[in-house]
Amino acid sequence: MMLSGWGRFPRQSCAVSDPRDIDELAQVLQAGSAIARGNGRSYGDSALNPVNTIDMRRFGRMVSFDPMTGQIVAEAGVLLADIIDTFLPRGWFPSVTPGTRFVTVGGMIASDVHGKNHHLHGAFGAFLDWIEVMAPDGRITRCSRTEKPELFHWTVGGMGLTGPIVCAAFRLRRVETGWIRQTNLPTRNLEETLAAFETHHSSTYSVAWIDCLTGGDTLGRSLISLGEHAAASDLAWDKRKQPFDTPAKRLLSMPVSAPAFVLNRHTVRAFNDIYYRRGAARPVEELSDWKSFFYPLDSILNWNRLYGRRGFIQFQCVLPPAASAAGLAALLERITHSGLGSFLAVLKRLGDAGTGISFPMPGYTLALDFPVSPGALDLLTELDRIALDHEGRFYLAKDSRMTPSTLRRSDKRAEDFRAMRQAMGLSSAFTSSQSERLLL
Amino acid sequence: MTRLPVLILGAGSDIAMATARRFAEAGYPLQLAARRTERLERDRADIELRHGVKVSLYDFDALDIASHSALLDSLPDLPGIAVSAIGLLGDQAENESDAGAAIRVMRTNYEAPACFLGEIANRFEARGSGTLVGISSVAGERGRATNYVYGSAKAGFTAYLSGLRNRLAGKGIHVLTVLPGFVDTRMTAGMDLPKRLTAQPDEVGRAIFAAVQRRRNILYVKPVWQLVMAVIRNIPEPVFKRLKL
Ligand SMILES: Cc1cc2nc3c(=O)[nH]c(=O)nc-3n(C[C@H](O)[C@H](O)[C@H](O)COP(=O)(O)OP(=O)(O)OC[C@H]3O[C@@H](n4cnc5c(N)ncnc54)[C@H](O)[C@@H]3O)c2cc1C
Ligand SMILES: NC(=O)c1ccc[n+]([C@@H]2O[C@H](COP(=O)([O-])OP(=O)(O)OC[C@H]3O[C@@H](n4cnc5c(N)ncnc54)[C@H](OP(=O)(O)O)[C@@H]3O)[C@@H](O)[C@H]2O)c1
Repeated sequence: MMLSGWGRFPRQSCAVSDPRDIDELAQVLQAGSAIARGNGRSYGDSALNPVNTIDMRRFGRMVSFDPMTGQIVAEAGVLLADIIDTFLPRGWFPSVTPGTRFVTVGGMIASDVHGKNHHLHGAFGAFLDWIEVMAPDGRITRCSRTEKPELFHWTVGGMGLTGPIVCAAFRLRRVETGWIRQTNLPTRNLEETLAAFETHHSSTYSVAWIDCLTGGDTLGRSLISLGEHAAASDLAWDKRKQPFDTPAKRLLSMPVSAPAFVLNRHTVRAFNDIYYRRGAARPVEELSDWKSFFYPLDSILNWNRLYGRRGFIQFQCVLPPAASAAGLAALLERITHSGLGSFLAVLKRLGDAGTGISFPMPGYTLALDFPVSPGALDLLTELDRIALDHEGRFYLAKDSRMTPSTLRRSDKRAEDFRAMRQAMGLSSAFTSSQSERLLL
Repeated sequence: MTRLPVLILGAGSDIAMATARRFAEAGYPLQLAARRTERLERDRADIELRHGVKVSLYDFDALDIASHSALLDSLPDLPGIAVSAIGLLGDQAENESDAGAAIRVMRTNYEAPACFLGEIANRFEARGSGTLVGISSVAGERGRATNYVYGSAKAGFTAYLSGLRNRLAGKGIHVLTVLPGFVDTRMTAGMDLPKRLTAQPDEVGRAIFAAVQRRRNILYVKPVWQLVMAVIRNIPEPVFKRLKL
């Protein structure tokens, strides 16, 4: 069937199977070099393999939960959304969540996803206790920081290239309510934006929407949002009795692809302008329900169709702290100059680096998306170069078009990863279209 | 409100499991009966975690008719609702040449579920309440060359359910006959089914739940099947016998 990542670019014809248990999974691995696929929320070609793509969503059961430690054991195909639905009413929330809850446990591990609390708490891997991975011969290995640590090290963030994860144990965090105390801070330029992140480093959650169509004095103006889990005592008294009841959101859906003219430089500029003004006019402090705060895009199913039939491409890099101010300014200037506005541009402070080839490292990460066009592809090549000049590296979960040499120049670990795969006999057993493109 | 459990026979089937999950979501405890229940341990844990209901597993072989009442006696509570998903598609060519194989299909689709639901019906009648759900098949509406052994057994089961409903109407006991049409399950894995006519197990589970709440008598999961079967039933036999269906 025709398959793509969330960006709907590239699309490839893939043979897909959906094994229902360990035995069937072991069987499927014999059909040739394979890649596991979760819920397809990575943007590019990391969960595509034309000859053998394995849909892991039938591994969809939660195995156990320990209310003393918050440890949940779940099969790899379980959706984060289901975990929240099950455990938030009992006072637990994911320790780390990406900006969509429609991702699988396996996908979160393979991308070592980061959330708005990365600067303090690290990525998903920091809360993982152990994982079970299937080897090419069908055997299951349990690994952790102390047991088979090398396999653990490379599997977290390893983009499925060490074999299918079938089960994992990780910790949730306690919360008193389903509400977030949100603080909104508009900033007027990049300098102010970065200063605000540093000032508010102790906020549990922080993220900025950045306007990438204004240049000059207002280059890098942003809307920063900070958040803390609200305590029961933060709620109005009538809400305190049901602290996890938040308003039900109506799910909207994009039924068909939008025509190409919907997103062009004028509409994007208008959107950015209105969005900034509305954001700047919001109250400084407000209570947000968890869905609005963490998952604003999840209330529009298939919002990726907004970008039209050709799909869209993401760019996400992280720059080290010392190079961030200059690097971000150079990236934003280049984008502003191109006139190709990004609809969703997100800036975030990251903290400590994780294992293996996991993406995060201390510094600032900028994520952008553009409808696919020759101009956008050229622009991204230039953004690659600017990021490289500032010692940045790139997020594989978002990538669909980087070159192997860009990857190697940005990340010394790529060669070690390839060598490890070879030494452990994984190179020919597990490949994705992305790993082939990047020569991993 | 504490609810009486839902008993599911043949609980390892995809349709049965989807139905079980739908009832658990609404707060019903489950009694899952199947062959080799150790295969259901993970599902039990998952359902208990997600929905906070009690799930118990019971090993049984539906073809061992004498064991039916023993299983029912061993339940701590007589269920409020009993669902049979027991069935066996078999291989038509094999059934034509091997009477043993044919008998197995006939017994699994008719004798075993009918006798089991019949036994439960008696207990429901004594109590004065209960709902019986039999998963039969549109294949029972008219015999076709490609699966008439299976189809004839389902026809028997459908007629049995209809009789049971007639007998128990007015006695507080409701009988639902489910005619699912094509469903994407282990039974049909690898078959090339027309997408529009094929339901997902989830859809069937939700439809059964809703039909039980509304006390429906006959459920076609996808409405289009009602039309398809009306046409198939009304083709005159001289024409029908020449068709390749
Ligand atoms: C709206 C939106 C917001 C996002 N926000 C963030 C964010 O804030 N932070 C962030 O870090 N990411 C973010 N992402 C990216 C997303 O979290 C990751 O791409 C994640 O990996 C997707 O999970 P998935 O289950 O859909 O996996 P897929 O996209 O299906 O697969 C992604 C990778 O995981 C591998 N994989 C999947 N399942 C398994 C398995 N069982 N065993 C081994 N490998 C497996 C695949 O091989 C592939 O390499 C966002 C994505 C979207 C669409
Ligand atoms: N899939 C369809 O398109 C379709 C269409 C119409 C009707 N149906 C009916 O729907 C019901 C469920 O079918 P399904 O599609 O989910 O396929 P399935 O998995 O083959 O379901 C049949 C179930 O019956 C059980 N069973 C068979 N013999 C048994 C015995 N002697 N003792 C105990 N259990 C026994 C099987 O258990 P084991 O796992 O132990 O074998 C299995 O769980 C069946 O009655 C089927 O005829 C299905």
